[in-house]
Amino acid sequence: MEHQYPTTIKARELPMARSMCWHCQSEVTGEYLCGQCVKVQPLSKDLDYFACFQLPRLLNIDEQQLEQTFYELSRTFHPDFYSTKDESEKAISLGNSAFLNAGYRTLKDPIQRAEYLIRLEAGAVKDIRSNPPADLFEEVLELQEDLEIFRQLVPKGASPELEALREKLQGERERLEKRQAEMEESLKGQFKQWDQVQSRTPLPGDAREEKNSILRAMQEILSNRTYVRNMVNDLLETTG
Amino acid sequence: MSRIVGIDLGTTNSLIAFMDKEGPHVIPGPDGQNKVPSIVGLTDNGMIVGEPAKAHLIRDPSHTIYSVKRFMGKGLADVKDDLKYFPYQLHEKNGVIRIEIGDKTFSPPQVSAMILKELKRRAEEYLKEDISKAVVTVPAYFNDSQRQATKDAGMIAGLEILRIINEPTAASLAYGLQKKTQGLIAIYDLGGGTFDISILKLKDGIFEVLATNGDTHLGGDDFDQLLVDVMVDDIFQTQGLKVGENPDLMQTIRLEAERVKIRLSDETQTRAVIELPNSTYEKVWTRESMETLTMGLVERTLAPCRLALKDAGLTASQIDEVVLVGGNTRMPLVWRKVEELFGKKPHSELNPDEVVALGAAVQADILGGHTTDLLLLDVTPLSLGIETMGGVMSALIRRNTTIPTSAKEMFTTYVDGQTSVDIHILQGERELVKDNRSLARFQLKLPPLPAGVPRVEVNFLIDANGILQVTARDIRTGEAQSVQVKPSHGLTDDEVEGMVRDSFQFATEDIKARQIIEARNEANAIIVATEKALGRAANLIHEKETESIRQILRQLGEVKDGDDHRAIRAKIAEVEKTTHHLAEVLMDATLKEALESKKLSDVIK
Repeated sequence: MEHQYPTTIKARELPMARSMCWHCQSEVTGEYLCGQCVKVQPLSKDLDYFACFQLPRLLNIDEQQLEQTFYELSRTFHPDFYSTKDESEKAISLGNSAFLNAGYRTLKDPIQRAEYLIRLEAGAVKDIRSNPPADLFEEVLELQEDLEIFRQLVPKGASPELEALREKLQGERERLEKRQAEMEESLKGQFKQWDQVQSRTPLPGDAREEKNSILRAMQEILSNRTYVRNMVNDLLETTG
Repeated sequence: MSRIVGIDLGTTNSLIAFMDKEGPHVIPGPDGQNKVPSIVGLTDNGMIVGEPAKAHLIRDPSHTIYSVKRFMGKGLADVKDDLKYFPYQLHEKNGVIRIEIGDKTFSPPQVSAMILKELKRRAEEYLKEDISKAVVTVPAYFNDSQRQATKDAGMIAGLEILRIINEPTAASLAYGLQKKTQGLIAIYDLGGGTFDISILKLKDGIFEVLATNGDTHLGGDDFDQLLVDVMVDDIFQTQGLKVGENPDLMQTIRLEAERVKIRLSDETQTRAVIELPNSTYEKVWTRESMETLTMGLVERTLAPCRLALKDAGLTASQIDEVVLVGGNTRMPLVWRKVEELFGKKPHSELNPDEVVALGAAVQADILGGHTTDLLLLDVTPLSLGIETMGGVMSALIRRNTTIPTSAKEMFTTYVDGQTSVDIHILQGERELVKDNRSLARFQLKLPPLPAGVPRVEVNFLIDANGILQVTARDIRTGEAQSVQVKPSHGLTDDEVEGMVRDSFQFATEDIKARQIIEARNEANAIIVATEKALGRAANLIHEKETESIRQILRQLGEVKDGDDHRAIRAKIAEVEKTTHHLAEVLMDATLKEALESKKLSDVIK
């Protein structure tokens, strides 16, 4: 498939190039089906989702192209097309399809896409803090206390106390939802920054420091966002 | 490559279909009916299935099994609220429900296998070839145990189930093929015992399921039951009769309730008539009264619809088409409620009873390699996870993930020299283990090493049937490890094997039942015809001959009520021999009359 990115990006497809067909031992050069015996080939263990979908490691991706590639590869790998084939081919089709489906799901969602990218590049980003900052942590604790009181009040039936707390919690929820939206907005800014640097310097070693600092910033927003989102969900579930 | 058929194994009715160059077709039975009632009856001479068993349901309800699909893949605790509706005894063995009728005990897959066999026989007679492979549909919201039980049923019936597909997605295949639909569609499927909603994206021959939801415990049966409850109460109030003590009457009322519901889809009012032991019960039902009664059930289907939309990341207004599937969607109330929710008129051009079987036949054709332009990408309806510390479920695969899909999890030891880890697999959306479905348990074997050193990677793979496969690999040695998964609510391989053997034995008994029915029918026909001939030949043969014919007819009458089809056949042959002269005399008389220029048509009468 043709794509509009610089040729250097193609370097990432290399992990799946050149191997031997498991069936007829002829050389397979990156295709999914052997040129000689047309048997389906297992995807390389080193293949990442971006390479599988022939996408550069960018965070704003062409969703149309992602879907189109997903459909095309599904037509190549799906077990429905191997039900009359032998057991080895069935197993390869099953494994490839499972990988493809997981890749599509991950790349389709911007948050999962970013988390995946950070994991892929993680070798360089060791010192990522996974605890929430003190202020957020305190908020979480406070909310948990209020939620606990609310849960205890509910079985006792309607009361002014319960209503006041419900109102307070709903206000908290709206505030947190706003905060989550702000985080997602600033994440978008980071995505843009990443894509600019990555397009300018596509090789893994290029501009490593600059890239790492963006990855770190994204990781921080992402993990804080997880706390905020969990709180929002808890609030939604408890106060309706 | 032998032909693959498509089967809709329904709660109330089952169908079998195949596909040829013109498209998918449902295979009719010898009676011209496409539907086989999913009912199995135990007679003194073996099992009967379908329409004859439906008749048996009224005569002998405690020996007739219906709605067995509700028990597939379940334990007794799962169905305790339903027990009062079923006239037969249930118990549980190894986590699987067992149904007792007469002196026999069957697991739900065995009963389903009898229905599958009947369908298989239909197809073989119609297509004049052996059928051994099939695609079978299940409700989208069926869990792993229910799917596995369906697969077991196939094996017991001597059918290799190449693929289990979800009913609403099967329907979408039939529609997509027929109408070349593109865009976002919602399939609302309200069948006899289950409800499913699936949201799909159709584009260039790809049928991508975005989300599915449902209730495996909500269907047409529940609508009937509400009507039954009202009628039973009425009968008690007006006649003082306790129907609960009379299972035969209960079945009569159930069938009448179903008829009332069906009639009210076309008419605005209808009369329920039930013969009681000493009187007749009548009640006029209006569509309105039934709708008020069943509104709650229809509303229960809307919450899963909203959840499915949310999971698909869509709003109701983004849906391009809403398709109704399943017999119970014929109710005008369902149409109205669905239209209200989606803000557009639903449609159902294809017969809602048959569209699932037709779709299964399309999928069979895809697997057979004939249809190559269509591809179904389905999802797993429920999250899959394992039990972790504190009785909490940790999800490994989220609901609405496209299948096949897999998740890897690394396991190690906490104590030096520990040699095994117990793993409990669950399915469901709740936080706590006890609120989710227990699927299976297995024990992972580990080498006796210091704590934390062993590393075994377990791969949980949900295949294209929505069925879990577990494999394990020791990371240090790279060796694969065999995993013996013990299902919580499923038959073991040994049990299934035993049931396959039993089914051959039952098959012999069932052939006997069919042979008796056939011989008996023939005997009845001969008795009627001979009596008629005797009447016509009253003056043509000797009284002594008449007497000997009557005598042999009486003997046939006695033999035919017995269980020996050979004896019936022998007696039929004897009757034919004895009436040989009578036939000749009648023939001569007929010829003579004809020569006397009577109208031929009069003679033949």
